[in-house]
Amino acid sequence: MASSDVARQPDKGTRPLSLAGHVGFDSLPDQLVNKSVCQGFCFNILCIGETGIGKSTLMDTLFNTNFENFESSHFEPQVKLRAQTYDLQESTVRLRLTVVNTVGFGDQMNKQESYQPVVDYIDRQFESYLQEELKIKRSLHNYHDSRVHACLYFISPSGHSLKSLDLVTMKKLDSKVNIIPVIAKADTISKTELHKFKIKIMSELVSNGVQIYQFPLDDETVSKVNTTMNGHLPFAVVGSTEEVCVGNKMVKARQYPWGVVQVENENHCDFVKLREMLICVNMEDLREQTHTRHYELYRRCKLEEMGFKDTDPECKPVSLQQTYEAKRQEFLVELQKREDEMRQMFVQRVKEKEAELKEAERELQSRFEQLKRLHAEEKAALEEKKRLLDDDQSSFSKRRAAAQLLQAQSLTANGKKDKDRKNSGFM
Amino acid sequence: MTANSRHKSRAPRPDDGEEKDYVGFATLPNQVHRKSVKKGFDFTLMVAGESGLGKSTLVNSLFLTDLHKDRKLLNAEERISQTVEITKHTVDIEEKGVKLKLTIVDTPGFGDAVNNTECWRPVTDYIDQQFEQYFRDESGLNRKNIQDNRVHCCLYFIPPFGHGLRPVDIEFIKALQDRVSVVPLIAKADCLMPSEVKRLKEQLREEIDKYGIKIYQFPDCDSDEDEEFKRQDKELKESTPFAVIGSNTVVEARGQRVRGRLYPWGIVEVENPSHCDFVKLRTMLIRTHMHDLKDITSDCHYENYRAQCIQSMTSRMNADKRVESPVPVPVLPLPTPDAETEKLIRLKDDELRRMQQMLQKMQQQMHEQDL
Repeated sequence: MASSDVARQPDKGTRPLSLAGHVGFDSLPDQLVNKSVCQGFCFNILCIGETGIGKSTLMDTLFNTNFENFESSHFEPQVKLRAQTYDLQESTVRLRLTVVNTVGFGDQMNKQESYQPVVDYIDRQFESYLQEELKIKRSLHNYHDSRVHACLYFISPSGHSLKSLDLVTMKKLDSKVNIIPVIAKADTISKTELHKFKIKIMSELVSNGVQIYQFPLDDETVSKVNTTMNGHLPFAVVGSTEEVCVGNKMVKARQYPWGVVQVENENHCDFVKLREMLICVNMEDLREQTHTRHYELYRRCKLEEMGFKDTDPECKPVSLQQTYEAKRQEFLVELQKREDEMRQMFVQRVKEKEAELKEAERELQSRFEQLKRLHAEEKAALEEKKRLLDDDQSSFSKRRAAAQLLQAQSLTANGKKDKDRKNSGFM
Repeated sequence: MTANSRHKSRAPRPDDGEEKDYVGFATLPNQVHRKSVKKGFDFTLMVAGESGLGKSTLVNSLFLTDLHKDRKLLNAEERISQTVEITKHTVDIEEKGVKLKLTIVDTPGFGDAVNNTECWRPVTDYIDQQFEQYFRDESGLNRKNIQDNRVHCCLYFIPPFGHGLRPVDIEFIKALQDRVSVVPLIAKADCLMPSEVKRLKEQLREEIDKYGIKIYQFPDCDSDEDEEFKRQDKELKESTPFAVIGSNTVVEARGQRVRGRLYPWGIVEVENPSHCDFVKLRTMLIRTHMHDLKDITSDCHYENYRAQCIQSMTSRMNADKRVESPVPVPVLPLPTPDAETEKLIRLKDDELRRMQQMLQKMQQQMHEQDL
C-alpha cells in the first residue's frame, strides 16, 4: 500500500536547505518500488452487469488469460456474488487479482433489492479490514486486502439511455467504490448512435448526482492523457477471446458476415483505452482512492455509529483511550442498572404471587365455613322433622292402643250382656 | 379449433376441360379477389419488449414508412416506477390497389421499471377489451360497420445479450399465449456472430418446449405443393425464432442503396438473408401468413374468449334464477360500463357464490349434528 499522498505543505518551523553535493536519498522511490515488487501487488475488480452481457469475456480479454467461467442461468431467485482469486505474473511483477462477478443481476421480476447483495459484499470487505486495523496484535503488512478497488458497471447497449435499475444501483454504490461505467457489446451501436448514447448517459449520471470515477489530473505526467480519456467515458467495449486472421496477423476479433470487429482497433471500440486507463496508468490510483476515500468514509461512519467522536461536547479533542474508558463505564453502569431492575421486578412478582395465593386461600376458607354452616342448618332442620314425625308416630300408636283397648272392652261388655240375656232368658 | 386449412389461390382456366361440362364457378377465386380489394384489409400488430431493443425501427423497416415521427423517450429516473402504457398508431397504406389499414399497438414501459411484477396486465386487459368490444358489436342489432380492432399478432422482442429467455419473457408470453398469436424475435441481432445466433435459437427453442410456451406455429403446407415451396416452408420453420435487425437509414453498399447500418468494420444490410432473418420475417408476416394470423385470431382466440364469456354469463344466470335450461340462452350483453366495473361485478358475484356455498355446507353440518 502506498503511503499517504498528502501534498507536503511548507511547515513554518522548518527552513529549506540546498544541498552542496549528491546525498543519495533520491533512491528512496526505487527502494519503495523494490519492496513493493517483492511483496507483490493486489487488485480487486467487481463486475456488475446483467447475465450474458459479457463480463467474463471482457475480463478474459483484458488480462489475456482464460479464467474459469461458468455460464449462469437467468432464473436465479436472488442476486449473488461470485469471487475468484488468481495469481498473475508479468515480467517480474506479481499480481494477486480477485474478480468478483454478479450472478443473476437484472433477471428477477422485482429488482428493488438487487443492489443489496453488492453493497453488503463491499461493506463486508471494509469491515474485515477495519477489524484487522483495530486488533491489538495486527499484521497489516501481511493482510490480504480484499477491498474492492474498481467496479466495472456494464451498461446494456440500448442506444437510448440508462436503465432504471442501472441508475438506482449506481447511486447506491458511488460513495463506496470507484465506479467505471462501460458500454458492453458495443458492436451493436453505430458511431453516431454511440456519440449520442454516451452524452445521454453522462448527462443522466450528472443530473442524478452519481459520482463515477474520474481519472486523476494532479500528476503532470499523466494528466493530459487522463483528461482526454475522461472525455471518452463511458468506454464502449467489445470483448473476444477468439482470434481471426486479418491481413497477415492473428488478432482478437469477432467475425460477422458483414465484417470483422477487431477488439484492439481503436476505431472499432474503446477496449484499448479501457485497458490503458484501468491497468497501465491508474491502477495504483484506484487502490489509493479506495483506501483514502471510500474506506475512510466507511470507517468514520462505522465508528460514529459505535459512539466514538473526535471531539467531546466541549469541543476539546478526545483521544480514543478516553472514549474507550467512557464507553466502558457507561456500559458497566447500564449493566448494573439492568441487573437492579430485573431484581426488583423479580421481587415484585414474587410478592404479587404470594398475595394472590393468600387471597385464594382465604376465599377457600370462607367457602368452607359457609358450606359447613349450611350443612349444620340442614341437619338441624332434618332433626326437627324427625322429631315431629316421631311425635306423630307416638301419638298415633297411643291412639291405636286406646282404640284397641276400647274395642276389647266393648267386646267383653257385649259378651257379658249376651250372657246376661241368655241367663235372663232361662229364668 | 385448429387453423390448418389454407386457401389455395390458383388462377382458374375456364377454357379447360370439355365445353359441355363447364359450369363457371372456377372464377370464384377471382371474384373473391376483386371483392376483397374493394373492401380493403385491416391488420393490427402489437409490438412488445423492453425499450431500446429496436421495436420502432423494425416496424418502420417492415412497412417502409416512418410511424413514429416525434417520440419522447423517458429518462432512466422517470422509468424507475413506470407503468406500462398502450399506444396505438393507425396508418392507411396502399400497394397496387390493395388498401391496408395498419394499426400498430406499442407497449412503452414494458419491463423498464425496477419492479416488474404483473407488468403484462395492461396488455392483456387491452386485448380482452378489444375482444369484448367485438363481441358486443357482433351481438348487436346493427352490424353494418363493425370495426375489427382485435390484435392479430404480437411480435415479442427478446434481447440478444443474454443466454435465452428470462423470467419476465416467460411470464409475458404465457399471459398472452391464449389471447393472441405470439411471434418471438431476437432483437438487434447484429451483436451476434452466426455461431452465436444458431446457439441462441436452439436454446430458445429448447426453453419454449421446456416451459410449455405456445407460440405461433406455421401451418403445415399441403402434401401436393411443389418441392420448392415445401423446401422454403421447411427452412422458414427451422429458423424460428427469427433474428432481426432494423434500420431507419439507407446506406450505399455494393453499388446499391439499401436499408442498413453503417459500422467502421462493415455494413449490415437489413434485407440480406445471410445477415439476418428480416426478409423471412417480412415474407411470413406480410406476404404469406398475414391472413392466417387473422384467421387464427378470429377462429381460435376470439372463439375461446366468446365461449368463456357466454359460459360465465349463463352460469351466473343459473346461480341467480335457479333456472335449468338445457341450451344456454345467449344473453345480449347490456350496454354495461367499462371493463373495470364489470370485473368488480364479476368478483363480487364470485364472492357471493362462495359465501352461499359456505352457508350450505354449514347448514349441512348442523343438520348432521342434529341427527
